[in-house]
Amino acid sequence: MEMIKAKDLSFEYIRRDEEGNVESINKAIDNINLEIEKGDFIAILGANGSGKSTFAKHINAILYPTEGSLWVNGMNTAEEKNLWDIRQTAGMVFQNPDNQIIATVVEEDVGFGPENLGIETKEIWRRVEESLKAVGMLQMRHMSPNKLSGGQKQRVAIAGIMAMRPECIILDEPTAMLDPNGRREVISTIYELNKKEKVTVVLITHHMDEVIYADKVYVMEKGHVVMEGTPREIFSRVDEIKKYRLDVPQVTDLAYELRKSGLDLPEGILTVGELVKALEEARRKL
Amino acid sequence: MQIIFDKVNYIYGKGTAFERHALKDISFCINKGEFIGLIGHTGSGKSTLIQHMNGLIKASSGSIYFNGEDIYAQGYNMKQLRSKVGLVFQYPEHQLFETTVFKDVVFGPLNLGLDKLEAELRAYEALRMVGISDDLLDASPFELSGGQKRRVAIAGVLAMKPEVLILDEPTAGLDPRGRDDILDQVTKLHEEAGMTIILVTHSMEDVACYCDRLFVMNNGELVFQNPTKEVFAHYKELEEMHLAAPQVTYVMNMLKEKGWNVSCDATTVEEARDEIIRALGSMH
Repeated sequence: MEMIKAKDLSFEYIRRDEEGNVESINKAIDNINLEIEKGDFIAILGANGSGKSTFAKHINAILYPTEGSLWVNGMNTAEEKNLWDIRQTAGMVFQNPDNQIIATVVEEDVGFGPENLGIETKEIWRRVEESLKAVGMLQMRHMSPNKLSGGQKQRVAIAGIMAMRPECIILDEPTAMLDPNGRREVISTIYELNKKEKVTVVLITHHMDEVIYADKVYVMEKGHVVMEGTPREIFSRVDEIKKYRLDVPQVTDLAYELRKSGLDLPEGILTVGELVKALEEARRKL
Repeated sequence: MQIIFDKVNYIYGKGTAFERHALKDISFCINKGEFIGLIGHTGSGKSTLIQHMNGLIKASSGSIYFNGEDIYAQGYNMKQLRSKVGLVFQYPEHQLFETTVFKDVVFGPLNLGLDKLEAELRAYEALRMVGISDDLLDASPFELSGGQKRRVAIAGVLAMKPEVLILDEPTAGLDPRGRDDILDQVTKLHEEAGMTIILVTHSMEDVACYCDRLFVMNNGELVFQNPTKEVFAHYKELEEMHLAAPQVTYVMNMLKEKGWNVSCDATTVEEARDEIIRALGSMH
């Protein structure tokens, strides 16, 4: 069964002047149809202003569709009675870790979510421990969050969401403010959660190298889904990707340039290892 | 030499329980017109270092010279230093505050005490330099896209006519095209106006494409200040500092290990392509 299903989904930001007359309408999402299966790892790419974040905010009902519908685990987000269940099913992690951490001790921050859900104390502590372990931050449970690095803070934020036991996590550019090491920590944590805990993941990012292990990639532009497929399919279409103000991983670009220069390499090379292997084969054929 | 640091130390919270040696004996020279990349993991001291360059933080010990003058000498004009060394902070668009784009950019030069005409001329020129078109001048800065906002914020610093422009992660959070746009504009400032550029970034690919020389900070020490290619040759040491080299550097090194006759100093896609084609061609 699908975790997330969008049918003819559209959303308009409407700006009004002081008298309440409509001043301008900006269609941020324009007729999106997609289905995300349970347990999948999905990545959404797109330029700034392409509608990625607006779409993400629909998944946990921060925004409601102007037209069309969105179902999360079978629940229609337009129905108010579903709101509580939807927000428990789909947890959201934002770009800036400093805006998401509220408590003065790591373990209290992670416990805040489940406490708010009215879960009994013993169970909260159990979940706190489990979640911190899942993101590799258990040994720092008694620390103050402001003593942590960006990557560690972001992992605490993810643990806070995990403690609410969501079936789906949406991450909106979770690594934009991190250094390469912090990025690696966070991305491997997310893949780990997807594999081991079977959490459905929707990752929004500008870093192409973060999506190469995703099950499926969607590319958005001007509110539309313009490309969808496996990372290999998407990154085989280098010219098209660049047209949408995006990029490909540096090795993919190098492989593409070498192909253009007449070398016989397969399409859609994604990692350093793959390229070196392909080059070795090309050399053998010479 | 435009900027000289001589054994600069900085200690945060000296004498308290939170004392931290953020800069340790930093010495370097930067020449006029250089394009310097500054990398280092979070907390390595990059931001502390750049804030010394325009006198926002005063060193605990050591000296700093700008255009030959000791900036800590009595009577030194700090206000002028800050207009000569422009610092663009991370997420500079958070500092936009005026009602129109033009007013926001003109604020800086007016504040320097320039007359209105001169200030407006500079603002206009600065907005042109960052590629903001005339029809956006009267728009509210808050209506712009992320990349546009950031360029307006950079224009605000350029309008002060700095000789040195320091940018702290100017491309964080921008899409790849927005990133290239900003960096291409910066390169233009470097080439056409001869401005000295110091670029703080986490992107090794950007550093490889744009910078002549690379400064690497690790735990408060300046470990490298060499030409970019030389630094990336030490990619294993960089990894120990939680950094990395561009992906193509790894490709070249792996090929070399497998017995290819390639030079490993390629850091951009074009250089790597040419080197691989050359190596394959020479095998015939």
